[in-house]
Amino acid sequence: MTSPGSRTFVAYVEDKPGVLNRVASLFRRRNFNIESLNVGKTHMPGVSRMTFVASADRDTALRVEANLYKLVNVLHVEDITDAPAVYRLLALIKVRVEPAQRPEVLQLVEVFRAKVVDVSASTLVVELAGTGEKVEGLVAVLRPYGIEELVQTGVVAMERGSGHGPSLASASLRPRFD
Amino acid sequence: MTGPVHSPLIPTDLPKLAQAGDVRTGAQLIWETLAREGVDIVFGYPGGAIMPAYDAMPGYGIRHILTRHEQSAAHMADGYARASGRVGVAIATSGPGATNLVTGIATAMLDSSPIVCITGQVPSTLIGSDAFQEVDFTGVTLPVTKHNYLVTRAEDIVAAIREALYIAASGRPGPVVVDITKDAQQASCPFRWDSKPISLPGYRPDMPVLPPEKVAKACSMLAAARTPVILSGQGVIRSGATDALIAFAEKTNIPVACTLLGLGGFPASHELSLGMMGMHGEAWVNQAIQQSDLLIAVGMRFDDRVTGTLATYAPHAKKIHIELDRAEVNKNVKVDLPLLGDARQILTALTAEVAETKREDLWAGINNAKGDSAVRDIQTLPDTGKLFAAHVIHDLWRYTKGAAVVVTDVGQHQMWEAQYYKHDYPRRLITSGGLGTMGFALPAGMGAFCSQPEGPAVWVVAGDGGIQMTAAELSCCAQEGIKVNVAIINNGFLGMVRQWQQFFYGGRYVATPIQSPDFVKLADAHGLKGLRVTERGEVRAAIEAAEASPITTVIDFRVEQEDSVYPMVPSGAALGDMIRRPDSATPVDAQLGHNPIFETAKD
Ligand SMILES: Cc1ncc(C[n+]2csc(CCOP(=O)(O)OP(=O)(O)O)c2C)c(N)n1
Repeated sequence: MTSPGSRTFVAYVEDKPGVLNRVASLFRRRNFNIESLNVGKTHMPGVSRMTFVASADRDTALRVEANLYKLVNVLHVEDITDAPAVYRLLALIKVRVEPAQRPEVLQLVEVFRAKVVDVSASTLVVELAGTGEKVEGLVAVLRPYGIEELVQTGVVAMERGSGHGPSLASASLRPRFD
Repeated sequence: MTGPVHSPLIPTDLPKLAQAGDVRTGAQLIWETLAREGVDIVFGYPGGAIMPAYDAMPGYGIRHILTRHEQSAAHMADGYARASGRVGVAIATSGPGATNLVTGIATAMLDSSPIVCITGQVPSTLIGSDAFQEVDFTGVTLPVTKHNYLVTRAEDIVAAIREALYIAASGRPGPVVVDITKDAQQASCPFRWDSKPISLPGYRPDMPVLPPEKVAKACSMLAAARTPVILSGQGVIRSGATDALIAFAEKTNIPVACTLLGLGGFPASHELSLGMMGMHGEAWVNQAIQQSDLLIAVGMRFDDRVTGTLATYAPHAKKIHIELDRAEVNKNVKVDLPLLGDARQILTALTAEVAETKREDLWAGINNAKGDSAVRDIQTLPDTGKLFAAHVIHDLWRYTKGAAVVVTDVGQHQMWEAQYYKHDYPRRLITSGGLGTMGFALPAGMGAFCSQPEGPAVWVVAGDGGIQMTAAELSCCAQEGIKVNVAIINNGFLGMVRQWQQFFYGGRYVATPIQSPDFVKLADAHGLKGLRVTERGEVRAAIEAAEASPITTVIDFRVEQEDSVYPMVPSGAALGDMIRRPDSATPVDAQLGHNPIFETAKD
């Protein structure tokens, strides 16, 4: 689901000040290239979850993982690149739309299963949750109308099926050795 | 000449520990925690933001060594840790005191040495305001520490210091910083002590037992190998694996090469010992590695100084990597079988399963190669009245019976020490390998002495350049009654840089001739003993006089000025491609002429 040469990781980290900085500093220092990064709370108190995409081959990915484990506040890391998973990011797109053009733009929004979340005399704000490609697709068709602003989150990912993700107390928090 | 102050290295005051619930200041809790964790000495320098802590120090049975620069405090803690295996503790104030520690912290980081640095910080209410002597020290040290803490409440001090000591010492050791705001030191709270062992959810230094199938795989690789070589690194020393390594090597009859930091991990006088590998390693060691069909790397990380160019490194060899830190596996050299865990446990497990082997033809080949060694020849050089650094080190080895704790600085003397002082015991060579920090030797040697005042003699071996970086600590030796022997290998140059200028920069000696003070007078000025040696015949008496003296003694060895360290693998060259000590038939210029070597950006 990520571009070739990129790998997607999920990391559980302690929700403490400075942890994001430690992770970001590690990537910078080890010369690992980050394409996107997202952090947020989980259902477990005190535990945040990061999804990040890094350009890395399989060997580099193993070292990314091993280096992350060396950070004292990192609880669990998984490279989910080869696993079936759901990927989503959220985009808000502000398009210039004259009243006369509204119907055709709304139709396009419909096709992409996006939502209009704000309307003004000359603009629409479109919200789309989906994969990176889907967002790119929508942007491409809206571009001719004139995009005023675009913002998107980093991708978040979750493996399909059950049995993934650690619970805080479980042995699955232990790094894998292979 | 004023007499040195002889204060005994045993605490004179008795601990005054708290009961649970007793109200204590944060400053008191710092010492309370250190004392309870068995810390009995700290190296430091006071200042505004750490004054509450200093004020509370007396009475906890912890000795304080007042250094002359905070960099030295960190190096002393480091030397203390490397000599003893215990955590070394340094303490400094905020801002400039803290930033002065950074070189010492980075040195400890690159060589995996367990130290804890406690620093004062401006009051929590002023953080971020560019207050007087404010530096974001957890920010500054993030990339050069194993972990760090900013503590802003008295209630958090005990846990932070305990965790810091635990993290520094466990797993792959390293430096940890605890930055404590002044208001946290001044505030009070009830004392609490959790008697359970420390457990951190994201930090698990314990390693699982090696699965039997991996042992079996290693054994079959060992059985198939004809020219195996063991590469022994500092991990062997850290894991206390010397005996396990000897047993493994003896059962399999595999020769052992050591990295610089691994010297002493396998006894140099053992018949299976090959010597040091790498840039200034013996030629036959690097040859044996290049021709090997199986490398068994133990607790070493394939640093560029030991591999030469990776493109041609040990091209025929399969590699087994016994390593504690998973992030080191496949970092520089791709390995066939990583064995993750503690070196001692893994070697013991392998020895139990591996077949006994004889390898006569392997040794015939190695002995053949030893014949034309460039390193060994200097030992048999006739005494022409000139003093060579190699002679000094060789004699130092001889007259200290190979038993001293030798602490080296960085440069030519460091390599000569590694070549000519045969280390038979672990933890008796202390040197800055990873960072290559000039100025390290004197303070690290002082720290080593403090870890075992009754232990073997400490010999600091430094160049005339490096010693001047931290020579102010001689004053600390005098004040604190620290006894080290300082051998200055004085060649009038920043020797190693001069050697590179000679080999790779057309002999243009830019900024490498260096003037020094009269080191004998310098020692005298501190109330210490100073000696000068200009001929080989005087070396022994000077060494013996230094060892017999109860005070720190400095010997100024005036050595040959433009000697070079041989053999040498120029950085970026293949490991087998060495510059040899010139003889009349092939002087260095001719060697370089045959084999033009250019320094590259990677050097
Ligand atoms: C702090 C620091 N600055 C610079 C260097 C670069 N450097 C490496 S060896 C060396 C020369 C050391 O000269 P000296 O201390 O006289 O020892 P020698 O090589 O002559 O034995 C220098 C400048 C370094 N390693 N560390």
